[in-house]
Amino acid sequence: MTNSAPSLDSASPRLRTRPRHGDTPSNTSEHLLEVRDLRVTFPQPGGAVTAVRGVNYHVDKGEFLGIVGESGSGKSVSSLAVMGLLPSSAQISGDILFEGRSLLGRSDRELSKLRGEGISIIFQDPLSALTPVYTIGTQIAEALQLHDRNLSKLAANARAVELLKVVGIPNPERRAQAFPHEFSGGMRQRAMIAIAIANNPRLIIADEPTTALDVTIQAQILEVLQKAKDLTGAAVVLITHDLGVVAGNADRIAVMYAGRIVETGTVDEVFHAPSMPYTIGLLRSMPNLATAGHTRLVPLEGRPPMLSNLAPGCPFAPRCPIAIDACRTTEPPLTPISGKPLNASACLRVDEIASGKLNRTGIYPVPEPVALEERAEIVPESVLGVEGLVRHFPLTKGSVFKHTIGTVRAVDGISFDIRSGQTLGLVGESGCGKSTTIMEILELAKPQSGQIMVNGRDVAAMSTKERRALRRDIQVVFQDPMASLDPRLPVQDIVAEPLTVHGVPARERLQKVRDVLDLVGLDPSMASRYPHEFSGGQRQRIGIARALVTDPKIVVLDEPVSALDVSIQAGVINLLEDLQEKLGLSYLFVAHDLAVVRQIADNVAVMYLGRIVESGPAEDIFNDPQHPYTRALLSAVPVPDPSVERTRRRIILEGDLPSPTEDITGCNFRTRCPLYQLMDAAAQEQCRTADPERRIVKGSSVACHHAEHIGLMS
Amino acid sequence: MIGFIVKRFINYAILSAIATLSAYVLASLILNPAGRYLGRNPRPSDETINAILNGLGVNPNTPVVARLWTWLVNLVTHGSLGDTIHNTSVISEMAARAGTSLRLLILGTIIAAIFGVVLGVWGAVRQYKASDQVISYASFTILAMPSFVIGILLMIMATGLNNILGMQLISFTGEYTAGLDGGWWTLFLDRAAHLLLPTISLALMGAAGYSRYQRSAMLDVLSADYIRTARSKGRTRGSALVRHGVRVALIPMSTYFAYSFATVLAGAAVTELVFSWHGMGEMLVQAITESDINAFTGAILFNAILVLIAGTLSDVVYAALDPRVRV
Repeated sequence: MTNSAPSLDSASPRLRTRPRHGDTPSNTSEHLLEVRDLRVTFPQPGGAVTAVRGVNYHVDKGEFLGIVGESGSGKSVSSLAVMGLLPSSAQISGDILFEGRSLLGRSDRELSKLRGEGISIIFQDPLSALTPVYTIGTQIAEALQLHDRNLSKLAANARAVELLKVVGIPNPERRAQAFPHEFSGGMRQRAMIAIAIANNPRLIIADEPTTALDVTIQAQILEVLQKAKDLTGAAVVLITHDLGVVAGNADRIAVMYAGRIVETGTVDEVFHAPSMPYTIGLLRSMPNLATAGHTRLVPLEGRPPMLSNLAPGCPFAPRCPIAIDACRTTEPPLTPISGKPLNASACLRVDEIASGKLNRTGIYPVPEPVALEERAEIVPESVLGVEGLVRHFPLTKGSVFKHTIGTVRAVDGISFDIRSGQTLGLVGESGCGKSTTIMEILELAKPQSGQIMVNGRDVAAMSTKERRALRRDIQVVFQDPMASLDPRLPVQDIVAEPLTVHGVPARERLQKVRDVLDLVGLDPSMASRYPHEFSGGQRQRIGIARALVTDPKIVVLDEPVSALDVSIQAGVINLLEDLQEKLGLSYLFVAHDLAVVRQIADNVAVMYLGRIVESGPAEDIFNDPQHPYTRALLSAVPVPDPSVERTRRRIILEGDLPSPTEDITGCNFRTRCPLYQLMDAAAQEQCRTADPERRIVKGSSVACHHAEHIGLMS
Repeated sequence: MIGFIVKRFINYAILSAIATLSAYVLASLILNPAGRYLGRNPRPSDETINAILNGLGVNPNTPVVARLWTWLVNLVTHGSLGDTIHNTSVISEMAARAGTSLRLLILGTIIAAIFGVVLGVWGAVRQYKASDQVISYASFTILAMPSFVIGILLMIMATGLNNILGMQLISFTGEYTAGLDGGWWTLFLDRAAHLLLPTISLALMGAAGYSRYQRSAMLDVLSADYIRTARSKGRTRGSALVRHGVRVALIPMSTYFAYSFATVLAGAAVTELVFSWHGMGEMLVQAITESDINAFTGAILFNAILVLIAGTLSDVVYAALDPRVRV
């Protein structure tokens, strides 16, 4: 890295950039994009926060770079700096060279000529990234006309329709007239990609483009992104927290931690021979469809440092099991690894790791399973039984004279059974009825139709008093650990609240609270603190403690780890597994992350449009799914292993989840079913007319007429 | 969509009817039209007073419900709102005055809306900078000032200006100069010169309120993701804020428009008095001071109809601005 004279530093104190003469040889770059020693600081009343602390990377023409990091690692801020879209209060230093010309210190007007034309970006949340008051077509045409003043409105609109077709929007002429709220999340993200590729940019930055989407839609979007890259020949920078997403697509990846790149290399190097302990820990802590269920997860202890108050030394040292004294005093630079020109790592002990002197798998101790004598004795009996549960919502119109114009079949006759000490994983895309199902169960009231049995007793036949007593036995842990804890109550009151409801005396309550806090791995002395003083993982432990304080038999877990960072997830999953063994709990585990479900569930039920389409032992369902939907769902999950990703074939489901108001005759999955299209006319007729009953095929219970022909799909 | 607007219109119409009827009942209970005659010298006989009051339909000895019924029957069968104390019909009084008030109100509201939106957007974009602070403090000052103070301050300034220029550039008494001769153009200029100060006075009050709401609506929009998207397409910050930001920030303003219209009406009544305009506001204030129940109800009906129109208009504007509510 050459360092030119900082002569302009005093002239412009706000934006300490390198002098900008793009034609001097010292400043040119043969790379498409080169980021040199980028630092971004946000001044704040309580002291400045340096979100990016010296980042160097480059992207070549047509290359696919993945940048991986947890929230707060500076990955989004550094990409916004490239686009020149940071708030004006941000202090940026270092240099950003695009096609050899420096971007820092340029005016908004100059940069705006480059944005969209040379570099374009796809943002995370497609729900809010499009202006709600303009049609999709207008917003794409706008991008075109901004960079080509001579383009007529008509021609821009025609090109917009063409672009919508490229990104796979069916019926693009009509859909171009639609407003963003008429598009589903996946379709909006396709429209975002259409905007991004409209002017054939040389670089596309995709900032968490699939994080807000379902796994089947994620697979579609990644495919569209790859197609867009092939069409335009653009280089792509994909920013994500999900190692699986980059494994299959990227050429090189860079791992960020605490505002710096801590490891970079080709995908194979980083995934197969990681040399920074953080990368090693991250890869080991991720539940992985290929290995989950057999091995215990290895958690990465601790939490990422606060960037406002960074201790000297390596920022990862406090969490690093192999940290030595030197790690706590000096921050290691990103040093190349001998023999691998593209691979570099910021660790003092990189040589020991790279040479194999330090065994990668041995760095993180695998947590011990719960000792046999601590395990609870389990009498195998059914604790929660659901039979033909139905929840329909009427769709009404009119405010004075309400009349029903349709029915939302949120839950449409589902049955399952959970035995003591076991976990049932309920999976499916958003909108399939998972949440309605658990809300119906937790209500402990008579359902619209069907039966809910808790501990072998029908809840519909219970008195109010009995029902209240029963609530002690069935508790819930919610998805968002911040939103589900009252910010104005100290933790002990939050945890003790269920006991207050059931009239437990104060002294007993306090003792119980201390016991459960200890059980979930929190220090009981922290009981008088408030929720905001805890990290995300700790807050979720508080949520679990609150659920456990009444000694329940059944715990309903509604996406308990999906709001947590990858490195924190493993610890919570392990805790849930340990608690189940120690207390003999039964879990109803609702999640959209199939790898997490694979890790924890004994049985799995797959939901689609209010129905369970397949259920059975987790082992069977994950290894040999019999329903085409399950198969597609599993194949859509990215695996954090580049060699697996490259060889396997994805089954991409067409379109979005249909609306639950639609009346689909016969099998309700046939509109998206890949198997349906492979069947002959007689078999298709059966799918169209007859609603498939669940039947046992190879150990799992499947609702498909043609499960025996599932082999056709691969 | 049209069904929705019609439904809202019917709602507003029912509310206006309720407002007018309650105003009638309230005025009948509180105002004492007989008092006007009792103080006269020589005092008219009780029979005379009763006859006059009966003629107007405001005799306190008749039960309120019976009077309200008569008033309603007259309205429905003859389209009459009764007579004023001065023995003119309320309808003809209103017809003479409505144009005056509407001219002032419509101009004032439009100017207030335009300035309010521009100042609000400007303040939000330059949040906490000097210009934003100036706009904020200025609008707080205006909001805190009673409307007659603003009117009088404007008059003082206009007088100062006229003195400096040595000519009557700005006239501010009445609607037009009485007895002015000249062509159409001269009359128009004269009316415009008279219109200037009252309009400014109304517009200032309106704009002060609008700009606060527009500023906060705009601040919500400033950090929106779609502004970032628009900039990433190649718009400059300013152009993205105008094309994508202001357009969205206007949506909540249309609701505020309906609610604030009523306050503007109240302010207009005082403004008319200050500038000696013979409009509906003056009629309302006079009706109260003269205990004229019929005129009072007429003035309230006028206000209610204006609020009804403003409310319906704001619904139409909302639907025009926001495709998400179009059905």
